[in-house]
Amino acid sequence: MSDEATKPSGTVKFLSGNEACMEGAIAAGCRFFAGYPISPSSEIAEKMSGRLPRLGGKFIQMEDEIASMGAIIGASLAGQKTMTATSGPGFSLMQENLGFAMMAEIPCVVINVMRGGPSTGNPTGPSQSDVQQCRWGTHGDHPAIALSPSTIREVFDTTVACFNFAEMMRTPVVLAMDEITAHMREKIIIPQAAEIALVNRRKPVLQAGETYYPYEAGEDLVPPMMNFGEGARYHVTGLDHDRTGFPSAAAEIQESLHRRLLDKIEKHQEKLLLFEHHRTEDAEVLVVAYGSTARSAKRAVEEARAKGVKAGLFRPITLYPIPEKQIEAAAAHARRVVVPEMNLGQYKLEVERILGKGPTITGVNRVNGEPIAPSLILSAILGD
Amino acid sequence: MSMDYFQYLRKEKMPHIWCPGCGHGTIMKSILRALDKLKWNQDDVVVVSGIGCSSRTPGYLDFNTLHTTHGRALAFATGIKVANPKLHVIVVSGDGDAMAIGGNHFIHACRRNIEITLIVFNNNIYGMTGGQASPTTFTGFKGTTAPYGAIEQPFNVCSMAQAAGATFVARALDLDAVAMDRLIVQAMQNKGFSVVDAWSQCTTYFGRPNKWGDASDMMEHYKALTYNVRLSDKMTEEEKAGKYPVGVLHQATRPEFCAEYDKLIERVRPVEK
Ligand SMILES: Cc1ncc(C[n+]2csc(CCOP(=O)(O)OP(=O)(O)O)c2C)c(N)n1
Ligand code: SF4
Repeated sequence: MSDEATKPSGTVKFLSGNEACMEGAIAAGCRFFAGYPISPSSEIAEKMSGRLPRLGGKFIQMEDEIASMGAIIGASLAGQKTMTATSGPGFSLMQENLGFAMMAEIPCVVINVMRGGPSTGNPTGPSQSDVQQCRWGTHGDHPAIALSPSTIREVFDTTVACFNFAEMMRTPVVLAMDEITAHMREKIIIPQAAEIALVNRRKPVLQAGETYYPYEAGEDLVPPMMNFGEGARYHVTGLDHDRTGFPSAAAEIQESLHRRLLDKIEKHQEKLLLFEHHRTEDAEVLVVAYGSTARSAKRAVEEARAKGVKAGLFRPITLYPIPEKQIEAAAAHARRVVVPEMNLGQYKLEVERILGKGPTITGVNRVNGEPIAPSLILSAILGD
Repeated sequence: MSMDYFQYLRKEKMPHIWCPGCGHGTIMKSILRALDKLKWNQDDVVVVSGIGCSSRTPGYLDFNTLHTTHGRALAFATGIKVANPKLHVIVVSGDGDAMAIGGNHFIHACRRNIEITLIVFNNNIYGMTGGQASPTTFTGFKGTTAPYGAIEQPFNVCSMAQAAGATFVARALDLDAVAMDRLIVQAMQNKGFSVVDAWSQCTTYFGRPNKWGDASDMMEHYKALTYNVRLSDKMTEEEKAGKYPVGVLHQATRPEFCAEYDKLIERVRPVEK
């Protein structure tokens, strides 16, 4: 039996994205995983089932994705950092309970390895077609945080970031990985534990005899969280509720709850925004791309520069909340903006909304289970 | 029975939402008497529910309480129990919640034999949504979606639980509170997954359309539909036909999920050198 669990971090490994995701989760302190098999995400569950018990953590294969989502919410309430991993059809099934976690403010992480949809779609081909589902998957107005990595090291780092953001904001966080990133292998140096900054949910500081109000938020709009079993005996519901956690039919309480759930994301936005500018300072043609598509885009930008075209790449790593100001800044000199994605224009909608009637915005879109080659993006940059 | 219910109730949440004559309150009180008997620390008890009239119960109880999504209480409860096996986890659910939308979670919780007690507040109807037929509506009985009488066969909650692997299975009537208390205590003491099919009258949506009268008439109807399992041997097949036994219906010893997981950890955890 290899001693994976006790291997010192800081080691060099050759990992797939799914494996790096598992390593990131473990490094972030995840000790509970519930899941249901589905391509192309299953390796994450498989790896977790091997690693977690060796660390004293728990893995459970649930009867479906609805149950997996419920289980990670329950386990989080009981004090663990928790995660599930799935893909398109499973992500659809998780939406109701994902909304519950947003409403009841329970931190947890959902990995969605995107595959072609709708329906069973293309189970093994790469896709980025769940981008809008990451934003608007569950019903009602709701907060959303979703990240999308491009490299294997970044899968590790963004998985850690997902846990940190979930704990910091008391909300579920989604990692939207495309199948290329999930299955591609790259060399990765796993950072030493001391190099990884971890965030844990803030606990209330109560004076003797003081009542704990589980949904009373201070200035930062994120209520401190006590776990079940720690003595507060509070109530959690998906119904509109007041600061005590009990249902409330009062109009002003409902209104302020829903606004706070969105405002808390807005308020901490700067801490949540991860992105990369690549040669955008003077870019006359800006490419906005994420995930594995951004790797093709970077290559296309280099080739365009070699031809004398001032091209640049803005790469949102945090898809939601959207790095709006950063996109605006990157497009400051742009005549044209190209948005390549393995869907039919889901993030382009956001870019159009942000940049309005400024530059011409074109999409480079593929939904045929094939990656977007740099040459396609280059043609769009050159305008042929 | 001189216990002080209010030590376990959130007084300020009263009055409850239930209709006059509804059986749910009777079952809630029975759960409290059982918990009083077990003397568990209130901080260590978690009560989880789905959605429905019955699922409003946790809101009135002074424990760690979680009101989840329709049908999914067992999934959330499984996460809680596995994450912290020291907690005593009780799930309350309706017949629609547990046997229709939550049916898959029900059979798998039974199969895993995880130490959770499920109390199904079984009133043969969807109460909260206004009286639609449920998976336990008896054939021929009316609901708002079965205006001519249900043509489907109902689930037998206890047979399902036993077949799926639950290690304590009982049926109780709210009419006989003493028996219900005893059965719920036994369920909570079982080191595995326990199911109590607790029958409750929905006066508003099952009693009325089926002309079963008021709460006490309804209890008589339910009584006539059941027999004490201890008398089973003395009864003829004709006497039992179409009736449901009440009491402890199944007990077994099987490995419990959390205990097995602990053993797994022991087995695979690297030894400190
Ligand atoms: C996903 C979903 N579907 C439907 C509903 C509507 N709904 C709320 S309660 C309920 C049925 C309740 O019946 P039961 O579980 O038997 O409990 P009772 O009210 O009779 O105690 C339904 C269908 C819902 N809340 N969520
Ligand atoms: S509708 Fe039926 S189940 Fe609901 S509270 Fe009234 S009597 Fe009880």
